[in-house]
Amino acid sequence: MYLSITSTHQPATDLGFLLHKHPARAQSFSLSFGQVHVFYPEASEGRCTATLLLDIDPIGLIRGGQKSSHFKYVNDRPYVASSFLSVAIAQVYSSALSGRCKQYPELVEKRIPLEATLAAIPSRGGKQLIKRLFEPLGYEIQLIEIPLDEQFPEWGRSPYYQLTLRQEIGLKDLLSHLYVLIPVLDNQKHYFVGEDELGKLFKHGEKWLSTHPEYELITKRYLKYSNKLVATAISHLEELHNPMLDDEESEELEEKAEKPFRLHDIRLQQVVDQLKLLGAKSVLDLGCGDGKLLRLLGNEKCFTRIVGVDVSYTSLQIAKSRLERQKMNQVELWHGSVLYRDKRWIGFDAATVVEVIEHLEIEQLSAFEQILFGHARHNIVILTTPNVEYNVRFESLASGQFRHKDHRFEWTRAEFQAWAKQVANRFEYEVKWASVGPIDEEVGSPTQMAIFQLRNGEVHGDNNS
Amino acid sequence: MEITIPNSSLVVLMGASGSGKSTFAKKHFLPTEVLSSDFFRGMIVDDENDQSVSKDAFEILHAVVEKRLKMGKRTVIDATNLQENGRKQLLGIARKYHVIPVVIVFNLSEKDCFKQNEQRADRKLPRRVIHSHCIQLKKSLKRLKKEGFRYIYRLNSPEEVDVAKIKSQPLWTDKRDETSALDIIGDVHGCFDELVNLLEKLGYVIEETRQTSDKHFKVTPPEGRKVVFVGDLVDRGPNSPDVLRLVMDMVESGIAYMVMGNHDDKLLRKLNGRNVQINYGLEVTLDQFERESAEWIERVRQFLDSVVSHYVFDQGKLVVAHAGLKEEYQGRDSREVREYALYGETTGEVDQYGLPIRVEWAKDYRGRAFVVFGHTPHRDPVWLNQTVNIDTGCVFGGALTALRYPEKQIVSVPAKQVYVENPGWSQGRIEECKGNSSLLDIEDVSAKMIQTRYLPAIRIHEENAIAAVEALSRYTVNPKWLIYLPPTMSPSETTPNGDDLEHPREAFAYYAKQGITHVVCEEKHMGSRAIVIVCRTEEVAQKRFGLSQGANGICYTRTGRRFFTERKWEYILLKRLGQALDQAGFWEEFQTDWVCLDCELMPWSAKAQELLRTQYAAVGASAVHSLSGSVKLIEQARQNGVEIDGLLTRYQHRLDNSQRFINAYRRYCWQVESPADLKLAPFHLLATEGKMHSDKDHLWHMRQINQFCQFDNEVLLATRYQVIDLQDPASIESGIQWWEDITAQGGEGMVVKPLAFVPYGPKGLIQPAIKCRGREYLRIIYGPEYTDHEHLNRLRARGLRKKRSLALREFSLGLEALERFINQEPLYRIHECVFGILALESEPVDPTL
Repeated sequence: MYLSITSTHQPATDLGFLLHKHPARAQSFSLSFGQVHVFYPEASEGRCTATLLLDIDPIGLIRGGQKSSHFKYVNDRPYVASSFLSVAIAQVYSSALSGRCKQYPELVEKRIPLEATLAAIPSRGGKQLIKRLFEPLGYEIQLIEIPLDEQFPEWGRSPYYQLTLRQEIGLKDLLSHLYVLIPVLDNQKHYFVGEDELGKLFKHGEKWLSTHPEYELITKRYLKYSNKLVATAISHLEELHNPMLDDEESEELEEKAEKPFRLHDIRLQQVVDQLKLLGAKSVLDLGCGDGKLLRLLGNEKCFTRIVGVDVSYTSLQIAKSRLERQKMNQVELWHGSVLYRDKRWIGFDAATVVEVIEHLEIEQLSAFEQILFGHARHNIVILTTPNVEYNVRFESLASGQFRHKDHRFEWTRAEFQAWAKQVANRFEYEVKWASVGPIDEEVGSPTQMAIFQLRNGEVHGDNNS
Repeated sequence: MEITIPNSSLVVLMGASGSGKSTFAKKHFLPTEVLSSDFFRGMIVDDENDQSVSKDAFEILHAVVEKRLKMGKRTVIDATNLQENGRKQLLGIARKYHVIPVVIVFNLSEKDCFKQNEQRADRKLPRRVIHSHCIQLKKSLKRLKKEGFRYIYRLNSPEEVDVAKIKSQPLWTDKRDETSALDIIGDVHGCFDELVNLLEKLGYVIEETRQTSDKHFKVTPPEGRKVVFVGDLVDRGPNSPDVLRLVMDMVESGIAYMVMGNHDDKLLRKLNGRNVQINYGLEVTLDQFERESAEWIERVRQFLDSVVSHYVFDQGKLVVAHAGLKEEYQGRDSREVREYALYGETTGEVDQYGLPIRVEWAKDYRGRAFVVFGHTPHRDPVWLNQTVNIDTGCVFGGALTALRYPEKQIVSVPAKQVYVENPGWSQGRIEECKGNSSLLDIEDVSAKMIQTRYLPAIRIHEENAIAAVEALSRYTVNPKWLIYLPPTMSPSETTPNGDDLEHPREAFAYYAKQGITHVVCEEKHMGSRAIVIVCRTEEVAQKRFGLSQGANGICYTRTGRRFFTERKWEYILLKRLGQALDQAGFWEEFQTDWVCLDCELMPWSAKAQELLRTQYAAVGASAVHSLSGSVKLIEQARQNGVEIDGLLTRYQHRLDNSQRFINAYRRYCWQVESPADLKLAPFHLLATEGKMHSDKDHLWHMRQINQFCQFDNEVLLATRYQVIDLQDPASIESGIQWWEDITAQGGEGMVVKPLAFVPYGPKGLIQPAIKCRGREYLRIIYGPEYTDHEHLNRLRARGLRKKRSLALREFSLGLEALERFINQEPLYRIHECVFGILALESEPVDPTL
């Protein structure tokens, strides 16, 4: 990976003074992650180019120092512009970056025609993102797409571009732009993002960041989504510049995010209402996820025993910490699976199975049925699943697409009801249906709910007829 | 006096202090069998005589009694046991674990007790205490029978105590030492002709003889075989008397066993003069008895009176009981055990025909012993969780069935006619049972020790169990298909110097050190591991694998996920494989209708396209672009007189390596537009019906596989291989040359295996296979530039120990899973092993190995 900076300011070789590197010599510097070489492929009065060649030790990334490195052996880090390059700029071009030049102090401030070329920069937002980041800063941008593999065009494009930026600009500003924006494009950091990152961001972005239209994105990505740091940074920036907060994009995002949330809230509230109506005291929530329903149940005094079960240990950990935060110590969490019979489940008044079955392969449903309705045999089972007919009302969903990547099926109302009826008959339950969410005349409600009640309410055990 | 004590029993010694209980216990029982209250007092306060801790001492004593009786271990209670309440607690524990309670009463005079008490060195009790003990004893004596002791022995003097002998007696049900092979026969219900036919079909020779007035049978069994009847000899059918004659003669001549059926039991009660309802076919039997003599009927009564509830055979591995028997009841004796064996578990409710609703006890059965039972008729024998019901309803027009053990082979003869119409017969309950047998329990997949035939028990830790449960619940195929998962494979020891990281020399050296003389080298294909099960017809998936829908098999990955997202592709690939097997005459040759193959499926890009796109191709593209740009700039600087030669060489070299990296991954990629573009290379023929093929060597596997691969050269790929003699340097050199040729042509490398599929070295199981990957291939693993010596030398530090230990454990579990499937063991037993492999795979281990 290299960064070449070319000056055509006469005499162009002054670039050597600005960078504090002699144009006639190749120099090498040792950094923690490898070496940096600086040399001048051309150094004439008319045109002078300094190349900073980043020589990252690929094995050192994994075997060096730190015990558990998150890098893989097959890794693009040695070949692309990343936060490693920012570190190299700060260390090898430190004087230029901070605007010091002993010989020609006046040159530091001066706008001179400069050109910077990055051999390969990953942009996980395509060309557009590169333009959105650099155009507001006045650059003329030249991009060369790097093909992924010409032998396999069906694999699509690579995320890499060779980027050239041109502008009459002070060298210090050029370097500070690169310093901040390279990691933003790459969107990965090779080191832990801590408090001092904030300082670096303010220092190098001081002059330009607050007026940059993408300042929020830059801040977020530079700080790698560390929420606390981002909040501090944004509030700090707002003191410098108070932009309109209601720009179009963020509103759009909110819309998208809110929609399912509201539906989910409605769904859960309806489950709670049903449980209260039917007089359930002890409730087992199968597939509790991060425990939102558990927290709703925990707020109601009428439930004497609440247990959440999930197959994902990560979800259970999140659920645990959220329950603890709300001091709901009475709620228990168990690791388990709806595909494995579990004798701990016997004896609850009700089981809730909210948006779970669509994550099972259809051929495994029969095991689930026998475990829940045949073995655990709760008096009440409340089960919800998407109504696929309603999907046409979701604009963001392509036709035929399920609502979630992990859904193995989504049922129409008729399919769901046929299934529920058949299960109820086999296991001696009564079943009724309810809609969840706004009802559309043609396609029904977005979520469908079945409420099962054991025919002979007090019978327990697993005798099938 | 001889005191007979069943092997598994609770023996309560009862008597006043000083009556000699402890001395007696010491003399006749193992020290570990005797639990003395004194000992537990001492355990708590260092003073065996401190009566103030009696309550606590008995709490612990009772806890130990529980544990011992749960294990079926004889337990002797050395305490005065004079309080009814104390005895009641002990009897409760005995009842809970269905062991026989025995009491030995030390009924000595007060004088004798006091005399012995005076002779004691450690403790002398006041006379009044002994006096009150003796009074309590007198009071208790009468109650013991009523309290529930099955055997009561009294020793009335110090002399009697002295000369008493203990005789240990196995339980009537205990036939663990029976060495004959067994033919277990289902419910006969008076179907005499069918019984004779079945016995003859099984190779028994039956002669009718006449002794005195009555008809008798002389039966000669095949060498080393005996018969076990699961009960219900009588009622409903046409000739219960002759069935009884035949069975009684066989049992009395020692070539048959019989366990009690509910019909036999009811007949016995009737013969004993009890008031029983004459229905469900008993009327038929009684009618037939009208023609029999009183003596003969008395013979039947005595015979039935001696029949036991169940038998335990074959070192505890086989249990026969009429209606089945749960694990806790096996080898135990109590009223509950007998009732359960006769009637099974019932809910107390009746169905629409007025028959009791039975709980399918077998669907919850998790015991180790194989249970053979009858009682409930089905069209076919029902195999479920290590149990089989062999009542095929002969009297209802079905068949009379025998199970040959240990072969587990079914032999049956059809009924000559429908003797009784059965309203519930055509209900097809069987299907429901089969569905139930697939239910898995969370306890089957929790932290545990898994026993395999190959290694000491394998421990699965909780955190790994949790990870495996998530994978099994969310990603893997239907557990019924998961009869095997392949083990991880270790590379050879790291080559200590030179240009290579891995080299055949090290693999050969490993095996030579383990005393292996010949190894087979198989070309290692670079694709994705695939386990393929091919079914000859779609019904096989339902019948043998218990799937609810037919399928022509399955293809899944090494972590048990379905290989193809497009089911149609899977179908076509399996179909082609099936056709090749048809043409090769495979099904006939192996007498099977399914096969499980361990394969590599190519190209790599078929499964790993996402990885290739986002990681391999991306790194290649950025490396070549970035480095070729760098080289150009360095050259430019050099032309301008900058002294930079070293850097130029270095960067040219880096660029070359990056180009090689691209070439390396490209070799394993090609565009796949239809299943015909795939290549499947099977290398292990793991199992077919009734057979594991891990007993054959790898050359056999290669030959068998090559035989059918040739019938579809487009999609099937026979693996190239070579045998190397590890004692012959020339042979070793040729092996190395072969590897060099393969890797020079772009091959991944080779896998070195001992000839034996399950190889043993001096210290036990050794690595079943070791891979030697080629220099170029390893760029895919260690990155484009790993071949530089500065990198290579750092990479040599890699530990193989964990990988190898995992490989052995996973290998054992995989074979164990298959073996259990082959042996028709229940799903949970197979699933346990597959779960174990996934759990082990969740262990963090260097992914480059």
